Formats: sequence, C-alpha cells, structure tokens
Amino acid sequence: MKRTFVILASNPMSLFGLILVGVVVFSAVFADFIAPFPEHRGAVVDFTNFNQPPHWPNIFGTDLVGRDLFSRILYAYRISLMLGVVVLAIAVPIGVTVGLAAGYLGGWVDFILMRLTDVFLSIPPLVLAMAIMGLLEPTLTNGMLAVTAMWWPWYARLVYNVTRSEAQEGYVLAAQIIGASRLHIMFMEILPNCVPSIVTKMTLDLGFVILIASSLSFLGLGVQAPTPDLGSMVAEGGNYLPDSWWLTVFPSLAILIAVFGFNLVGDALRQVLGSDQ
Amino acid sequence: MKALLDIRDLTLSFRGLEGENRVLHGISLNVAKGEKVALVGESGSGKSVTARIILGLLQEQRSTRVSGAVEFDGQDLEAMPAKARHRLRGTDISMIFQDPTSSLNPVYPIDVQFHEVLKRRDPKITRAAARERASEALRDVSIEDAKRVLDSYSFQLSGGMNQRVMIAMALANEPKLLIADEPGTALDVTVQAQTLHLMRDLVERKHTSVLFISHNLGVVREFADRVYVIYKGKIVEEGPTHALFSDPGHPYTRALMAAVPKITGGGIPEIPDRSDSFSEPIVVHPATEASS
Amino acid sequence: MSAVDQTTPVLDVRNVSKTFISGEHRVKALDSVSLKVMRGQCLAVVGESGSGKSTLANLLLGIHQPTTGDLYLDGNLLPGHRTLPLRRMIQLVQQNPLSSLNPRRTVGASLRLALDVHDIGDRQGRRERVGALLEEVGLPADFAARYPAALSGGQRQRVAVARALACEPEIVVLDEPTSALDVLVQARVLRMLDELRHRRNLTYVFITHDLGVVRNIADRVAVFEKGQLVEESDTETIFINPDNPYTRRLISAIPIVSDEEETLRRSLMEETNDG
Repeated sequence: MKRTFVILASNPMSLFGLILVGVVVFSAVFADFIAPFPEHRGAVVDFTNFNQPPHWPNIFGTDLVGRDLFSRILYAYRISLMLGVVVLAIAVPIGVTVGLAAGYLGGWVDFILMRLTDVFLSIPPLVLAMAIMGLLEPTLTNGMLAVTAMWWPWYARLVYNVTRSEAQEGYVLAAQIIGASRLHIMFMEILPNCVPSIVTKMTLDLGFVILIASSLSFLGLGVQAPTPDLGSMVAEGGNYLPDSWWLTVFPSLAILIAVFGFNLVGDALRQVLGSDQ
Repeated sequence: MKALLDIRDLTLSFRGLEGENRVLHGISLNVAKGEKVALVGESGSGKSVTARIILGLLQEQRSTRVSGAVEFDGQDLEAMPAKARHRLRGTDISMIFQDPTSSLNPVYPIDVQFHEVLKRRDPKITRAAARERASEALRDVSIEDAKRVLDSYSFQLSGGMNQRVMIAMALANEPKLLIADEPGTALDVTVQAQTLHLMRDLVERKHTSVLFISHNLGVVREFADRVYVIYKGKIVEEGPTHALFSDPGHPYTRALMAAVPKITGGGIPEIPDRSDSFSEPIVVHPATEASS
Repeated sequence: MSAVDQTTPVLDVRNVSKTFISGEHRVKALDSVSLKVMRGQCLAVVGESGSGKSTLANLLLGIHQPTTGDLYLDGNLLPGHRTLPLRRMIQLVQQNPLSSLNPRRTVGASLRLALDVHDIGDRQGRRERVGALLEEVGLPADFAARYPAALSGGQRQRVAVARALACEPEIVVLDEPTSALDVLVQARVLRMLDELRHRRNLTYVFITHDLGVVRNIADRVAVFEKGQLVEESDTETIFINPDNPYTRRLISAIPIVSDEEETLRRSLMEETNDG
C-alpha cells in the first residue's frame, strides 16, 4: 500500500493525477469550509448580482439567479462523488459475486450468469439508464439505481476473466486437495487475487460514473434542481453560449478535472499493481 | 590467438527504489573462435544478464548501469552506436532461448519466420531462395521432411522439433557467436539429450563459437570445452571442462557437484545453508595443451 | 527404508485405465496399470510428458476418476467422491511453489486452512501447530506471518510440504517437487523430504523425470511410457540391470557430472547395443 503510493508519486503523470483527485476529493469533503457562499447550494435568488462574469468574490461568476458558481461546483463535486461511491458500493459486490460464481463453478451457473451479464452489456448504458429513469421518478435515488444497473456487469466480466485464469493456478488445486469448500476457494483464495484489478477499475470508474451521471442530468434525467449538479449546469449554461461562457466552461472543466484525474490514477494503478483487464 | 568474445571486468547495477543493486561484480570471460564455453550458475547468479549485455539489450534500459569492456571480434560493443549493435544481433551473434515453442511466433508458418531471419543478413533474399536455404539448414539438424516442417506452424510441431528449428534458425546466418540460454530445459530429458548432441555436432562442424548458459552441470559437462562457474555475480572458477569436473577447486563448485544426485547412488549430501568459503577468490585451471 | 511394511499395501492400484475423450479423439492416458505401494515406501513414478505419470497422480488424488479399474487405500475401495477424511489421507506437493501458494495469503493462513478444514486441534492449538509444522520443515515459526513473495524458492517449497503435512496424510504425492529449484536447494529439500518420511512413516509417490533423484530417494521405481507401466522393480535393480530399453534410454539421457556415473552409463548403453 505504502509502496504503491510511493511509486505513484514518483511518476510525473500519476502524481499529476493524484493531485487532481486530491483537489476533487478535498473540495467535496470540505465544501462547507471552502465555499464562499455555502447557502448558494440551495434555492437562493439574488437578482442584484445575476449572470455576472468572474469577479471578486464570485471567482467563477454567478448563474442566472445570482448564485456563486464556484460554491455550486464544490457542492456538485460532493454529490457526484457520493453518487460514484454509492453506485460502486452496490455494483461491485454484485458484479464480483456473479463473476466469481460463474468463473469458478462453471457449467450451467457460468452459462446462466454470463448470458445474463451479456444481455445487460448489450444494451447501450445510457439507453438502459434512460429507460429506468423514464419508468421511475427522476430522483437522485433512481439515478443511482439506474447507473448501478448498468455498472455491475462490467465487474462481473472482469472478475469472471480473472477467476477463470486464477482457477488454473496451483494454489486453487492445493485448496481443493485439502478439501476446502467452494465458498472458501472463491472468496478467500481467488477473490484476494482479483483485488488489484477491481481496485484499478474502481478508480477508473469513479471518473466514468461522474461522467455518466452528468450526462444523465445533462439530459434532464439526473439530480433535480435546486441541487447543484455538473451535468445540468453544463446543459443549462449551453443555452447562453457564447455570451455567458462561464456558465458552461467552469462546470465542464470541473468534470474534465475529475474524470481525467481518476483516469490517470487508475492507469498508473493498473501498471503498478500489474492488473490487466 | 585473439578471442572472439572478450569480456573484461564487467559490472552491472540495477537502479531501484531502494538504491542501487549490484548484480555483476566485475566478471571477465572470453570465448575463442570455434570454442564452446559454458557459464554455469544458479538462478540469480548473473549468468542470464551477462548474455543480455552481450546482446546489448540491457544497456538500452534507463534503470541499468553497465561498466567494463565487451569486445566482440575486435570491436568494442560499448563504444558502438546502438544501431550498429542492433545490426550484429541475428547476423554475427545469434541466440537460442529456453523454451523453443514460445520463442517461435505461432501465427506465421516456419518458412516465413526463416525468411525473416535470413533477411537480417541478406535483405534482398527472395522467398524461394530463403526456402532453399531453410531446407538445407533443417537438414543440418537432421530434419528430413523439411518441406512439411517449413509449411507447419510451431504449435503443430513437437517441442523437440521446435527446438531443432530454433537451432537451425540460429545458425542459418552463419553467426560467429551463438549464445544459448538454458536451451531445452523445458523439454523431456531424452529429447533434450538428443538436441544437445545435435547442436554440439553442428557447431563443431561450422566452427561456431558458443557461449552456453546453464544451471545444469551435467549438460555443461557434455557440451562445453571450457567452463566458468558464476556465483552471486562473480566468477569463482574457470578451466577446461575435464580439469574442472575431475578436480573442482573452489568450495562453491565442490558443493554444486556434490549436490547433484548421482545415478550411482550414495544418498543426498548435507549442504550447508550458506558458507563463507563460497566467497573465496577465483580458482583458475591452466589451459591444457589440447585446448590452446 | 527400515519401516517398510511388506504385508499390506497402503495403496493398491488394480488394473486402472483412463481414457480422455475430446471430440473425435480418444486418448488412452493410462492403460491397464496395476501397482502396489507399501506403507513407508517411496515409489518413484518415472516417465516423460505423455507417459501417464501425471494422470496417475490425478487419479490418486481424486481429481479424475479411472475409466476402468479401482484404487484401494488400506484395503478399502476409494470411492469416486472423496469424503473429507479420505481427502486428508492423500496429499499433494506440486512442482512450482510460486504457483501452489496463494500470493495474497500469508504462509500461516495457507497452513491454517488444512487444520480448519479437517478440524485438527482447537483455536489456540492450531496456531501452535502452524509454528510446529514450519519448524518441522526447517523454517522459523515466525515465517507464518510472511507472504510467499518474501520467501526463496526453497523456502516456498518447504511451506508447500508443511501444508501437505498439516493434513496428517498417509500418502504424499510429490509431483516433481524439486525440479524448479536450484541444485543446492534441491539437495536440501530432498534431504528434508527423506527425513520426514522416516520420521512420520509416510508413503511417497514421487513423480519425476530425474533418475539421479530417483536413485537417491526411492525404494521402488515404476517406469511409464505412453500410458503403460513398462518396468517396475526396486531401485537397485533398475539402475544396475534395467529390463526395458526405454528405461535404459532414460538413464542414459540423464546429464551426469562424474566419471563413475559415466562408467555406469556406458555399461548400460553397451547392453542396449548388444541387445
């Protein structure tokens, strides 16, 4: 763990990624202290200072109802990260269990679970999410549900592939000869060897979940007003381009920083941990 | 007589997170024209990295530091530009690796790979001419149905057959020096013995110099004219094969010989875990009349 | 070799065949093989790839079932599905300890598994037993906290042996246990294996292609070629007066290091040429 961190920090690109991720996480966690106008995350209206370009103290400018854009972006990060963490916290255990079971048990378990996974993988993710959101109310909870439904199959595939190759290793044979149960072999022997691949993918995915959630809210299907969200900020601001450029540019940059940062760290982790998808 | 390959005081260090790790502590060895020399040692002794340095593969890495002289055929390899060094590989210096099946590319038939090999020496050689040369080379390693083998893919041939193909390819460009790194270790014992004899006869006929890298003392004894024993990046003993095997002088060499289970029996000797005597200075057996 | 009980075979292989079918192909991996192994004996199973020696090991361990024929342990028929107490009786040491030990579990956890599965000892007792097992194979007890990556090849193989012993087996199948090791390490591990067998009165089925090793560790030798048992006799006889031309070829292919061996080998070769 410590070694991994040292290696990451010694490479300029991954160090840059770590800094970006650090900025995003720090902003999300300490938004209450950093944001100059914390109350602007809600329904605040200030028509004396609306649609203003960047100036002091509104360094990113203000939106159409006079709220500080910088403060709103910080809170949007919090929502995005929370969304990412919750989605992964649900999708990863499901996907991992499915992948382990299919990969190790084989036979009809493999057939049924992996065909089910294939079905989910064959639907374009955004379409699946839109279908679910259309069916249900477009709330934050449903947004998470939608993104989770399209996310677990990727983990099932990943863990399935790793499991299939790990199952050929001598240590699995050794556990079988000793007489260990299948559950033990799956979760205690094989799973720890999947962890590097899973962690790497999770890091990469935090960026992608943020991107997908933003896409959904860009389409009006995600987080609803007045909760700040990067995707809906970009969508809204897009109507006022190019005059009110700050409404689009700063939220877009915020998405870019988060996605780019998590990708850099994820790629570096993949190399350091020697995991390959 | 001037040696074909002359390595003097070669050191190698890897730079890592925890500082520098010295792998070779100034080794010197030489191979004369037409001579078969073995470098024998355990894993981690530095024998394989020595081969990589001769091929110029390690110098190009940023994390390594090499010092000392490597002279091949009168030229200083260290002073040579990377491009010229690259040109030597596959022409004047060729190599055989441990596992023949994974050294051959499974997606091309053997004749295409032979063509590529021959193009290293003669870029304009035609497919037909290459095939002709390849058939000859395969006959040299006792492959009679060269046509079938040339049209096959490596996975269609047995391990022993692939090994012979590798030997034929390695010698097809009439190299001056052949580096064989644990050849045939992945093969069955009877096949290994067979291909080893074949290789020995062939290099003797062609007067190719060989640097033979192995951990297996028995194989070395059958193959080499002269032996260097390497231990932890230092040469601890050198001499003509017969002299060294009949009267090993260095404690490490003696331990190695004692540790090999004998087909005449006698049980398994007790080998100390670590011995200070292993770091005693090098023992050199004088060259015999016949080999000079 | 003193403790060999010559009356009841601990392992009895009766007319066993194994055929693998893949599509149109039928491969006879073992062809009507019968073998007896006495308690405390070390039987070397010798052959090259495709000889059937690995198939035999897989049958003994219950990984595969014989197509025809039966296996008996201590006079009792070994069923197709092995119960835990039966599994415990026959254990395995694999060739490559780097693969056979889980890189993400500590040595202690790997050893504990056998004790937990077979319910050997109580909680406190198991920890002590892990330490005792490590010491028995010549490693310090505190190696239990280490990961395999922190061990040398020889140390890893010792751990693999300790894991097999943890089950308190009757029979240990050793599948090329020293062929991935350096020669000095090989000698030490072989010595340890030999001592363990005598101390615990274990029965070894030692699978190898290295006849030098066989000569120095086995009581009996079974030579396999293309799925058939071509020669079986005590070690002395195999080396001094081998019956089968394939056995001779195997012996003469072994790279040797001394002049005495050369003499022995030459005498074998001459006999082959005469016949």
